[in-house]
Order: sequence, then C-alpha cells, then structure tokens
Amino acid sequence: MTPRLSNLSVGIDLVQISAIAESVDRFGDRFLDRVFTPGEIEYAKASPAQFASRLSARFAAKEAVRKALRLDGVAWRDIEVVRHDDGACGIALHGTARHLARTDGSGLAVSLCHENDQAAAVVIATRDA
Amino acid sequence: MSDNHERIRAILREHGRLSQDPSALGDNADLYQAGMTSHASVNVMLALEGEFDVEFPDHMLKRNVFESVNAIGSAIGELTQGR
Repeated sequence: MTPRLSNLSVGIDLVQISAIAESVDRFGDRFLDRVFTPGEIEYAKASPAQFASRLSARFAAKEAVRKALRLDGVAWRDIEVVRHDDGACGIALHGTARHLARTDGSGLAVSLCHENDQAAAVVIATRDA
Repeated sequence: MSDNHERIRAILREHGRLSQDPSALGDNADLYQAGMTSHASVNVMLALEGEFDVEFPDHMLKRNVFESVNAIGSAIGELTQGR
C-alpha cells in the first residue's frame, strides 16, 4: 500500500569529513564512544582510508533521524546505522530514542553518501496513521 | 557566574565554529543561528566536560541546553551544584 504523504517525514544533514577527523584527533575515544556504537566504530575502522568518511556519513544519518523524528534529549548512540546482509544501510533505534519514536527503526529508510570533504544522509520516516 | 560565562565563551571560540567571535554575542544569543552545527555542539559539550569536570547525562543532550551562553551556564550550574 502506498503511504499517505501526510504520514511521511524527512530529515537531511551534511557533515564536513575533516571536521569529524579533527574531533577524533582532539577528543579520541571520548568522541567515538559518545557518538557511535561499537558496531559503527568497528565498521569504520575496517577501512582505515575511509574511517573518517564512514563516521561522517553515520553522524549525518543520526542527525537526519533526529530531524525526521524530531527527537531531542536522546543519546547519539541510541541512533545506530546498521548494515543489512545485502550491503544496504538501515537504522536501529535503542533506549530513549526507541521509546520516544515508538519504533525500533524499521519504519525508517536511510541513504548515505560521501565525496571529497562532505558526507550527507537523508532519512525518510513512515508512521502509521 | 560571569567567570563561568567567560570560560564558556572561550570554549565556544575554540570549538563552536561560530560565524563571529563569541565575545560579540549576548548571553541569550542563539548559538545555532550564529553558525554552531550539531557536530560542533558535540565538540563544545566534550570541551565543557573537560573544563568543568562534569559529564552531561543523555537526557541533557537537548538542543536548548546548548543554544546560548546562558543556557550552557545554567546546565553547568546544575551539574556542579553542591560542590
């Protein structure tokens, strides 16, 4: 069934990759552990050349989710970018984010991209009428 | 409190990525309107934790907690109460 437009919301965010790399250099694990889940950090570290760009795209996705769902007062780690078996990305919500959004993230679609010094994410949320 | 505000402004100057010097902003000026991104607000939060030896709990990670020098000052006051 096609969702009604009134049941859709969208969030978008753009992040400067070098600024994320600077945060990692400056704050180290405090920054990583505060913002990203162990799974996200592991995925980013799996490709040292893409470490900062992968983190940046995930940061953008978290902010895009906050915008789409109008979430405030939730931990960054409670919004997680996960990868499905086919390589596509999805969103998993935990803790307060899951409680406030009343979803585990299955109603969210995310698209990530990065090029040069920019990373971006778009999130579309569907909710029941 | 004014000493705290100066320490907060110093952190904003270094981490806030604002479009103007924080000394030119009023205590209630909107920092997001002044150019602070959500990523910059995380850097500001981590720097505040180091400067004031506090930790922001998850429920305080709200946009309005970091929206002005006064709002940040109130949050620091709450986190350091009783010291």
